[in-house]
Amino acid sequence: MSLAIRRTKDHAVKVVSTAFAGIALFLLAWILFTLVMKGLPALGLNVFTKITLPPGHEGGLLNAIVGSLIQIGIAMVIGTPIGLLAGTFLAENGKTTKVGHIARFVNDILLSAPSILVGLFVYAFLVNPFGGFSGWAGAVALAILVIPVIVRTTEDMLNLVPIGLREAAYALGAPQWKVVMMVTWRAARAGIMTGVLLSIARAAGETAPLLFTSLGNNSWSTDLSAPMASLPIAIYQYAGSPFDDWVALAWAGALLITVSVLLLNIVSRLFLARAG
Amino acid sequence: MDATMAGLPGSGVQPGHIGDAKPVGRIADTVFVSLLWGCGIFVLVLLGLIIAMLFEGGLPAFRAFGLEFLWTATWNPVTEQFGALVMIYGTIFSAIIAVIVALPLSFGIAFFLTEIAPQVLRRPIGVAVQLLAAVPSIIYGMWGFFIISPLMAAYVQPPLIDWLGPVPVIGALFTGPALGGGMLTAGLIMAVMILPFITAMFVETLESVPPMLKESAYGVGGTTFEVYKNVSVPYGKTAMVGAVMLGLGRALGETMAVTFVIGNATRLSASLFAPGATIASTIANEFPEAAQGSLKLDSLLALGFILFVISFIVLALSRFLVRSNLKS
Repeated sequence: MSLAIRRTKDHAVKVVSTAFAGIALFLLAWILFTLVMKGLPALGLNVFTKITLPPGHEGGLLNAIVGSLIQIGIAMVIGTPIGLLAGTFLAENGKTTKVGHIARFVNDILLSAPSILVGLFVYAFLVNPFGGFSGWAGAVALAILVIPVIVRTTEDMLNLVPIGLREAAYALGAPQWKVVMMVTWRAARAGIMTGVLLSIARAAGETAPLLFTSLGNNSWSTDLSAPMASLPIAIYQYAGSPFDDWVALAWAGALLITVSVLLLNIVSRLFLARAG
Repeated sequence: MDATMAGLPGSGVQPGHIGDAKPVGRIADTVFVSLLWGCGIFVLVLLGLIIAMLFEGGLPAFRAFGLEFLWTATWNPVTEQFGALVMIYGTIFSAIIAVIVALPLSFGIAFFLTEIAPQVLRRPIGVAVQLLAAVPSIIYGMWGFFIISPLMAAYVQPPLIDWLGPVPVIGALFTGPALGGGMLTAGLIMAVMILPFITAMFVETLESVPPMLKESAYGVGGTTFEVYKNVSVPYGKTAMVGAVMLGLGRALGETMAVTFVIGNATRLSASLFAPGATIASTIANEFPEAAQGSLKLDSLLALGFILFVISFIVLALSRFLVRSNLKS
């Protein structure tokens, strides 16, 4: 092949690749543009002050927002310690053990497993045997989605902590719990926080696992043993409805959720960049 | 030991501050280490429980229909005849469309991010591509339903039906009314969703190629693309196949985005434009109508079990490929 042809080919591939990157950026911009155009007009004060009402009445999303916050909060309270300790196990005690290898493999599977199956599992495990849909069940389903994210980032971040730091602490006669809590975790603090923030972002947008667990609720309820509203479920119900004002509310909720999730992602990345 | 430490002049180490009195420290350590092991094992148990509960829940359906459940194309709640073929077909077919569309895009974007883009732009553009993965699935569903489907119905599907419909053999893929949704639309939207995952792993792999290898190729006169194609990609081939499998695994279980656009029809159709169903969309869609203890509910749980098995195989394979490349 002559040099001219090879150069032209190289050039063509570069142009196409750049165009592909442009397409990806365009798609992100298109999605955000759609959300702003359709969501912003409907995003009034009502959204934050009124609960979901029948079509025709000016309703809001207050109960859904509060329900989401409660369920995510509980999911984080359950998921963070388990994920942190399991991630620490993989990086410290279980690093080269058989249990460690299998747990790492299992965690990678859980990380990408279909989230709807987590919902189905919690339905079969908690909802069906214990008398119905509940906020608790929704929180547990979200916790199961949050755990693998925290495990993975915690392990990765602890692996970056120099061995010498641990050895220095051990040499002073510190027991393992002190070495881990006061030296290793502290050194990897920013990275671990990033994992926690990313897992909140994941939990905030999940719809499928809540369908059969907390179900959704169109009235005001903070009772965790009853069905509980959540933003993604409200969006799902409203987006599929034939009423214009409900569809508009769905877009407002969609804008709200996407902006929060993207901000959480960007903040956690900045956090890590500044610390690292 | 505490005594020695306290005796070190100017060490700043307070007795008992780091090295505790032995018995208390030892008990605390035992508790702490057991907690670590407990949480590590918990992750294992969790996966086991998920598999076990889905299997147990679906067991009545497997009992009622036997293995034929896997290749029966009927899904009829009225006559209580259930089979998984339509959904298995839809799940695999739509996921493969997603991968076919996402793969060349990922190759291009990874090439752009590792070889072409100016250094200052690499990170921001890389992060922007990653943000596509952060957008919640339900948002893709709404975007697909309200924006993409109408565009498909107006501008993409009719010309494809006119041009390719009459062609023998592949024509069957391009028949039927242009409704906007269907298998192709679902695949395209999932392609956007899995693109960041595949691209990120491509970039990670390509960045691990030893500079020496690339420099030698440049040294004998290779162009940027030739070095990419003949050195970098072959070097990371295994991990890159693993990345594609991860994308496939993600697409197989995608629920909300698909539920909005696929049409949720439990009929078998060869057409890319006909309404179809995936396992995940069927579960999301039909669950609210399934009464507790009904054969339909059992069949939905059985579908969930099948999806879990398919995803598990694909994800495990992906991980094996990625890890084996890292080791070598």
